[in-house]
Amino acid sequence: MSRSNPPPSARDVILGRVREALRSVAPLPHMRSQAAVSAAAAGPGGLTILPAEAARPWLPDGGETLGEQVGILIGNLEKLRAQVHCTLDLEAAADLVATMARDRGWKQVAWHDHPAVAPVASRLPCESHRVDESGFEKNRLEACDAGITTCDAAVAQTGSIVVSSATCGGRGLSILPHVHVVLVPIDRVVGTLADALDQMRERHAGRMPSMVSFITGPSRTGDIERILVLGAHGPKELIVIIVG
Amino acid sequence: MTPSSQSAAGIHEASDPHGAKKKFLADAAEHVRDTDHRAFVRKALGGYYTSRDTQKARYRDWEQARDAASLAKWSAVNRLDVLLPQFVAAFEANGGTVHWARDADEARGIVLELLKAAKAKAVIKSKCMTSEEIHLNAAMERDGYGVVESDLGEFIQQLRGEPPYHFVFPCMHVRRDEISDLFGRHLGSPPTDSPEELTMIARRHMRRLYVDADVGITGGNFLVAETGQISITENEGNARLTAALPRVHIALVGIEKVVANLDDLSVLLPMLATAGAGQPLTCYNTLYSGPRQPGEPDGPEEMHVVLLDNSRTALLADPEQRDALHCIRCGACLNVCPIFKNVGGFTYGTTYQGPIGSVITPHLRGLADWNHLSGASSLCGACTDACPVRIDIHHHLLHNRRNAARTTPSRLERLGHRLFVAVARRPWLFAAGGAMFRHTLWLAKRLRLPLLRAWLATRDLPPAPAQSFRAQWKAKA
Repeated sequence: MSRSNPPPSARDVILGRVREALRSVAPLPHMRSQAAVSAAAAGPGGLTILPAEAARPWLPDGGETLGEQVGILIGNLEKLRAQVHCTLDLEAAADLVATMARDRGWKQVAWHDHPAVAPVASRLPCESHRVDESGFEKNRLEACDAGITTCDAAVAQTGSIVVSSATCGGRGLSILPHVHVVLVPIDRVVGTLADALDQMRERHAGRMPSMVSFITGPSRTGDIERILVLGAHGPKELIVIIVG
Repeated sequence: MTPSSQSAAGIHEASDPHGAKKKFLADAAEHVRDTDHRAFVRKALGGYYTSRDTQKARYRDWEQARDAASLAKWSAVNRLDVLLPQFVAAFEANGGTVHWARDADEARGIVLELLKAAKAKAVIKSKCMTSEEIHLNAAMERDGYGVVESDLGEFIQQLRGEPPYHFVFPCMHVRRDEISDLFGRHLGSPPTDSPEELTMIARRHMRRLYVDADVGITGGNFLVAETGQISITENEGNARLTAALPRVHIALVGIEKVVANLDDLSVLLPMLATAGAGQPLTCYNTLYSGPRQPGEPDGPEEMHVVLLDNSRTALLADPEQRDALHCIRCGACLNVCPIFKNVGGFTYGTTYQGPIGSVITPHLRGLADWNHLSGASSLCGACTDACPVRIDIHHHLLHNRRNAARTTPSRLERLGHRLFVAVARRPWLFAAGGAMFRHTLWLAKRLRLPLLRAWLATRDLPPAPAQSFRAQWKAKA
């Protein structure tokens, strides 16, 4: 094949087709609200209002004050069949988790090496594995009864817990053990998904962690006759401890 | 243990020009007679309607939120030329590798090359409709790779040797006793009629496979141009595990999945969950920006995204129906469709079933062979009403009918219309024709005329009225 005239790459062909296709202009989508229609008037590249900004007042409520947000968060988590506890400080959270471990007969627990988790892990009455940046053996993690992490944010609007691979013990810790215990410092509670994504962008400016996950309740499936079953592949139980 | 999903009854390549249509009519006729099956599917959807309505009520304004969602997709799809390269640059900056596939063949080739390079022994997959579209499993099995579907519904379908019945609820047509038998045969599990126990059997079976797999294959729901992240929506945690434990992660995604920024996800993710499954948000919504980074405890060493065209650019080139590319695959239009509920998912013979499948399949696989799907509609508009991104689904079915009439006109249809126009323009002829039909209706029944035969097969003709409507109207006036 001659060097001067290589065949066009798949990338060039596809982008060429895209540019060619977009030479004809698509009509505006059917929209009901004046705000959305006027936002679109400037064309797809020049929206006067971003869709997310427009949608804020239309999506489910996430609460204005921290008090409201925590209330909505707890309500949503309970509907999702997560277990919610509120403790005054990490000391109390450590007591709670230690009792839980004894009552449930946990033999092995993995925890993320983080200042918001370590004091709780130090009081565990069973074998415990610290997960830090040097990694872990996935076989051993699979055998753990529970994994303990903190979170980047907790979203009132949807009852979601936000974890990342950089700040919450990697990818496996919050999904592989049968129970996931999350410590939520109360100042991590936010109103809406948009707020959480904004925070994410600020905190990790320039480089996002390789995984960011919004966890909304314990793992579930409805694949058999559309009947809800908890614990499909991920944790069967999600235990959320709000601290502070 | 892993039968090919390609050989299954549901997907047929139309070699005979009318093969797909004939099969559709035959399958539809057979399916509508199966009232037990129809009742079962309707019952399974019952819970969906309730939870969807409960969640919709939590929106302060669902109708206007639909505006915002459609705006987000409209502005992204109409800027694909800018956003696609932006996504690619950001994803590559994070350490990921991008591959471009013009068609199904090229996409399969890319994945097989990656498996070879990774010296893959065991492959785990999470639900990925683009892989169904390109028949990836069959190609991998031909090359000797063992592949296991990890999504419970997809796993059940893989064991059954069938494609998904519904692109969101793959095995909604299968009864629990059938699943119990299936698991007994393939996994040696004891019989049970509890959905929970059945789920736990699959859970225990799958755990080992996640840990042992060296390559994980997923799809992707959104590509975020701003940050170079791939967003994956799921409930079970199987996609999380698939992207966490194997050494290599491959994501196979259609080019139309790009959105401009993270903010768009704050609208699209909740709406996808509410419209698709009646949830505030699905259980796991995860953003992947590349392989494991320094300082992270785990994650794959390599991450690849395969960007698939496969005729999406042909749909993009049709401005009238371009909004069909806004589809976020929530499946809401299937769940409300009277046709879907009566003919079932397999009858369509397509990767994407239901109203949206009927709109896009003719673009992906040829209008001549697939136009009959445009007629599989009562044009009630329930699909358009249900669509969270406001795709004009039922009008697009009409557009496809019009386009088909233009490109492959039917002489008989044209003659019929001409005849009708000639009659309708002449009131005396219209009245005479009406009178003739009223008096010869019994004859049509007796003769079983070809045009009436299908209709008469399951119905009786109503008795002809003694007087025409026009005569009755005149008498009343």
